[in-house]
Amino acid sequence: MPFSLLKYGLSSDYPVDVDLPAPKELKSSYDVVIIGGGGHGLATAYYLAKYHNITNVAVLEKAYLGGGNTARNTAVIRSNYLTPEGVRFYSESVRMFQSLSNEFDYNIMYSERGQLTLAHTDATVRAFRQRAEVNTHFGGRTEMLDRQQIRELVPSLNMDPGHLPVMAGLWHKDGATARHDAVAWGYAKEAAKRGVEIHQLTEVQDLVIEGGKVRAVKTNRGTIQCGCVVQAVAGHSSILAKKAGFTMPIISYPLQAMVTQPFKPFLDPLVSSSALHCYVQQTSRGEVVFGGGSDPYPLYNTRSTLDLKESLIGAALEMFPFLSQARLMRQWAGTTDMTPDYSPIMGLSPVENYYLDAGWGTWGFKATPICGKTMAELVASGGKTPDLIAPFALERFARFRQVNEMGATAASH
Amino acid sequence: MKIMPCPLNGPRNISEFVYGGELTEMPDPDTTSDREWADYVFFSDNTAGVVIEWWMHAASSYWFIAERHTVTDEILRTYDPSERFTQRIDFPMNHSDTVGDRT
Repeated sequence: MPFSLLKYGLSSDYPVDVDLPAPKELKSSYDVVIIGGGGHGLATAYYLAKYHNITNVAVLEKAYLGGGNTARNTAVIRSNYLTPEGVRFYSESVRMFQSLSNEFDYNIMYSERGQLTLAHTDATVRAFRQRAEVNTHFGGRTEMLDRQQIRELVPSLNMDPGHLPVMAGLWHKDGATARHDAVAWGYAKEAAKRGVEIHQLTEVQDLVIEGGKVRAVKTNRGTIQCGCVVQAVAGHSSILAKKAGFTMPIISYPLQAMVTQPFKPFLDPLVSSSALHCYVQQTSRGEVVFGGGSDPYPLYNTRSTLDLKESLIGAALEMFPFLSQARLMRQWAGTTDMTPDYSPIMGLSPVENYYLDAGWGTWGFKATPICGKTMAELVASGGKTPDLIAPFALERFARFRQVNEMGATAASH
Repeated sequence: MKIMPCPLNGPRNISEFVYGGELTEMPDPDTTSDREWADYVFFSDNTAGVVIEWWMHAASSYWFIAERHTVTDEILRTYDPSERFTQRIDFPMNHSDTVGDRT
């Protein structure tokens, strides 16, 4: 054994860097309590400290950091949505992702690959043209590709799967991927450095609401007073909102995904098919990720089913037949909070000082930075909704003003 | 394969069935406010526990009611809607915006 290694190992100076400080006792009161230590909650805490100098903040996580849907998504970053509201919001998020590694001094493995969505019908081709136009207009880089261009871009793709020949593609150059855990860890590290307290294994059991205003949060480690609360608990939004005394326009479905053994690199862009309800991407480790639509009925359960494996793998093999010999390595599921219009619910709630970051269905990871930034603005201003998230208010349902992103969301992450 | 016990067709693969939403009571369209209507259309209890829902066997277009646990994924009971709906429900047809008034 090299002498220097022994010396280093015995030195009291090692380790020099601790990303997260050791857990402390909960204080009796915080200015801001953020419920949920996933990407969104941690990002909100970070931007509160960074831009608004608000650091008397506690992030409460019932399990471990980023262990919920932050760890269960398929790490797709894109902004090729359909509505102007959606495109503006997600485009800003993509821009923020691009500089996160530098900002954190921590590698989130951001990798701009481009995302290709395949059209198999005339109707889809027309819908894609609209998306390309809206996208270009509001700051995204999206264009239409013909069959020949698709063939050149993804030589391994089967251009004529079954009865669904590929007719055209929506090519989104801004499409990217990143290490999802690292995004949560990066935000946690930088938030903690600025004085935010992150409490894992701290479950919120109840909320104390007096006079229509949230006053305190009851946890398994005691009750804490709070100036305001941000709810960022993807997959459990309805359950927590019920504790706050209101219902949500949300139904929770499981979403299953799976990953194969690693291969040498063969697939650069993220490829999804609108008709096969399947998306395929190769990770930087060489594994191939398959994802699809949510399960057919609501559940708060992340079990795996053979039905979904069969249908998803069937679709994936139509697109990339040579994967038929691949071995599946892992399968997992997350609980997705689906809203009626496939857009999130952000902003004010019926309870004063209780802010919502919910309804993230299958589109939450890609919104992490912009979500944190706008939620921090909302909290810091004492409840003045930033323009960028105003269309996503809970109130939109009572006013029948939905932001319909179904076409740009379903199975094309 | 998950099995759904259909009251009409017996035990069948759950992939033959379509989930039809929570069993809720529709407010009276003549007297309800916009907010109550929005609540009925969009909002959901989204219960983590036992729920009572509409389901349909797609092949036979047969609608029935299922009681199901949304955390354990167990189907507790299924039955014909006649167990619950013993009276015919008539929808009033005297709205000014019905087809007959369109000119």
